[in-house]
Formats: sequence, C-alpha cells, structure tokens
Amino acid sequence: MKVVNQLKMEFLSVPENVAFARVAVAAFASQLDFTINDLEEIKVAVSEAVANAIVHGYENSPTGIVRVTVTLMETGAEIRVEDNGKGIADVKKALEPAFSTDPERMGLGFVFIQSFMDRLHVDSSPAGGTRVTMIKTINRGAAAASQGGH
Amino acid sequence: MVELDLEIRQDTLFVRLEGELDLGVADFLRNTLEGSLNKNPVRHLVLNLSRVSYIDSSCLGVILGRYKRLAREGGRVSLVGLQPHVRRICELSGLLRIMGEYTTEEEAVAKAG
Repeated sequence: MKVVNQLKMEFLSVPENVAFARVAVAAFASQLDFTINDLEEIKVAVSEAVANAIVHGYENSPTGIVRVTVTLMETGAEIRVEDNGKGIADVKKALEPAFSTDPERMGLGFVFIQSFMDRLHVDSSPAGGTRVTMIKTINRGAAAASQGGH
Repeated sequence: MVELDLEIRQDTLFVRLEGELDLGVADFLRNTLEGSLNKNPVRHLVLNLSRVSYIDSSCLGVILGRYKRLAREGGRVSLVGLQPHVRRICELSGLLRIMGEYTTEEEAVAKAG
C-alpha cells in the first residue's frame, strides 16, 4: 500500500496529552478524504487508546512515554499507539465489553475503538508494553454521497 | 479544558458543563461532583451537556459512578441537551438505557418527576 504521509510523535503519559493527541491525529488525518464523522470517530479511538496507555500501561505515572504513529495511505489511515508500560496479561479478555480492572472505568475503551475503526490489533505482554494498531478506511461511497447530497 | 456551573434547587443538583470531557478533566469532574454531593443532600442530578462537544469513556465512568451513588438512594441522573456525537457515545455505552435524556432542564425536572 502506497504511503502518502506519515506522522510520528511521542509525549509524556500525562492526561492533558489525550486531547492533544486526538486533535493532532485528526488534523493530520484530515489530509485524506475522510468525512467529518470519520474524523470524530478517529478522535475517539485515539483518545481511548492514549488514555489506556496512561491509565493502564503506566498506571497513571506521568513519566512514561506514549508514541503515536499515523500512516496515511490512499485507502485510509493506520494509527499506532504504543507504550512501554506493564502490558495486558489477557488481551482477549481486555477486548471484551465492560471489562475493566478499575471499577470507576467502564471498560468501554476498546468497545469504542472496535465500533469506530475498521480494524483493531492489540499486541501486548506483561512488562512488555502494549501496541494498539487501528485502521480507518476511507469510505469512498459515503464521501461521494455526502459531497453530492443537498 | 472544561467549565462547570453548579446549582442546587430543592432536591436536585444541576451541573452545566462546557468543553471536552476526557481523561484530562475526569479527576476534576469526579472530585467536584463528589464534593457537591457530599455537602448537599440532593436526590437527583441533572447534567446539562448542551455545550459539551466531546466525551470519552473516562468521563462516562465518572457519570456512571455518580449514577450508582444516587440510584442506591432512589435518585436519578438525567442528561440534557446531548449533541449528536456525544449522544452517540452515550448510546453506545449503554448510559441512555439507565438515564433519562431530555432536551431542556425544565423538561428533565417535569418528566423525570
């Protein structure tokens, strides 16, 4: 797949960076022919993945590094969010709805990502960090319809 | 950044929020709501989200936590003025199955009562 453009950034695992990350990624992804709704969905997915890295990967320690790589292709965007935190012991279980190790959280992060992105892949191992790879494809039919609509 | 306005009327706490609700403001939101609920013996909570343009699971968790607290005592949490994208997130999370959704605060007070 032909790469059109790529963004790599890394930042500290502080909660304020969740908003920065989603806005930056959405702004970059807007170079492709995504709809406004697509970009809103990308924002949610990036937010949830970065929040997971901060809250679960680094257990709210503000000294971890979160890396985000966005690769724009003709067909869509691949977004990768990585941390070097404690990792997920059971990835399959973490992907189940309403699974959360924290009672205040709803375990919805991966549910939103799965709902809003076309593909989700999670690589993780205890102490080995976590890498979340998400793909949002451009829906040419929808883009054409929305442009042609009245 | 988020801005927050609190008002108590009878047995209801009205909370009007403005901004984006994510992990960056979740602790602030949780602490403010808990502080107000601890100080004021209200039964119900009306959350006006008409000026909230974004919400994610961390703040949905905060809202759910307050719902659990009030529901134990027979209270309610009502959501007011959801923008389309925020509404979609609330719907997907299941929040709209357990909380009333209203167009205005007046409607929330009238219909939830």
